[in-house]
Amino acid sequence: MSQKFSSLRISLPLALLFGFFIAATVVAAESDPWLRPEVAPAPPENQLTPARVLLGQMLFFDPRLSRKATMSCASCHNPSLGWSDGLPTAVGFDMHTLARATPTIVNTSFNPIQMWDGRKSTLEDQATGPIEAAGEMNLPLPELIERLKGIPGYASKFEDAYPGMGITAVTVARGLASFERTVLSTESPFDRWRKGEENAVSASAKNGFELFQDKAKCAVCHMGYNFTDNGFHNIGVKDEGAPDVGRYAQRPLKSMHGAFKTPTLRDIGRTAPYMRNGSYKSLMAVVEHYDRGGDDKQNLDINMVPLKLTASEKADLVAFLESLTGVPPDVRVPALPL
Amino acid sequence: MTPRSYSAIRLSLMAVVVTLAMPAFAGDQVVSQAKKAFTVGVLKAKVGDTITFRNDDEFAHNVFSLSDVQSFDLGSYKKGEVRTVKLTAPGTIEVECAIHPEMKMKIEVAK
Repeated sequence: MSQKFSSLRISLPLALLFGFFIAATVVAAESDPWLRPEVAPAPPENQLTPARVLLGQMLFFDPRLSRKATMSCASCHNPSLGWSDGLPTAVGFDMHTLARATPTIVNTSFNPIQMWDGRKSTLEDQATGPIEAAGEMNLPLPELIERLKGIPGYASKFEDAYPGMGITAVTVARGLASFERTVLSTESPFDRWRKGEENAVSASAKNGFELFQDKAKCAVCHMGYNFTDNGFHNIGVKDEGAPDVGRYAQRPLKSMHGAFKTPTLRDIGRTAPYMRNGSYKSLMAVVEHYDRGGDDKQNLDINMVPLKLTASEKADLVAFLESLTGVPPDVRVPALPL
Repeated sequence: MTPRSYSAIRLSLMAVVVTLAMPAFAGDQVVSQAKKAFTVGVLKAKVGDTITFRNDDEFAHNVFSLSDVQSFDLGSYKKGEVRTVKLTAPGTIEVECAIHPEMKMKIEVAK
């Protein structure tokens, strides 16, 4: 017995120490502003349930949500291509090329404002926008609802997800938003490094992160775990044709002319080409753009200045950016209701 | 220290306390922009008052209002810089930062 007490006396402090270490690690991870919360926020009226996510997943991959039943949300937000499309700018209704790049929807559920120009605030608000946009899926919502009501297999899916609410524009939007809340970045080498795995990223990437926050000024806009300030900036990207006014269409203020929402950098290794018009094929080209202080100097954001980075510093920044990409998750494409 | 000195100190302290408690209707008020937020949610002021916005963040901010009562665009400015607006009409003015749309406040302007 005394021997048992003796082992207890040794193991208890060790256990407490170990417990303290684990707790400290968890707290550090939770309070690290560069680490993503585990779960995306959802409004009280649309809390996540498996039935809602399943419904949203079916709607997301269903081409019948477009006028000619040829385009689904996933046509542009393709999980095989970082939830974007790999194109400089999106291709919409009848193969019409649009003016802006398809933004990834990875982690968009954390953003309080949606779309390149911020014209939608919530995921629910955003979800049906591309469906009815004439240049995109081009299906007016009343027609969409009638079409979905004519597909027998959808009735039970909507009932399971939103009992008693029926098939409406509201339940379509809520279902799609629920699925989008599950589209999250996976653990990247950067995350593992922040959690204490020293060798998860290279020395070059670590230096790149320092530059990102300091000399290169990237974190002025790409801040926090989702690497965005959810703000609007004119970073001097050139347009081939008529200039895209961006946020100015929503907020007619001088500083918003040519300003666009700061995109996330999560999984950036999978979302080339880059910028709101797909101007650059590589991350190095993006870094060069910022190093020049932008190209179109009209109405440039006052944070944009030439950076005078060395070749080595540019390489470090690219190494850091590449460390933000995790292993792509396996995405199940659901059998659609008939 | 004489009782008169104590009274003087008490009066001075009271004056300080009264001054601190009066920002609601002072003629010139300062609103800080820090940690991506206006430090005041609702500011009470009067027509003719001047409101100064000071950027205490490391990055640029902006101030504008598109309210019917009074619209203005003070532009974007860096850390440590200020922008000022004179209130010209009674009513509620909604103020935002154009760069960071989450940053919002109101100014309730009395006659």
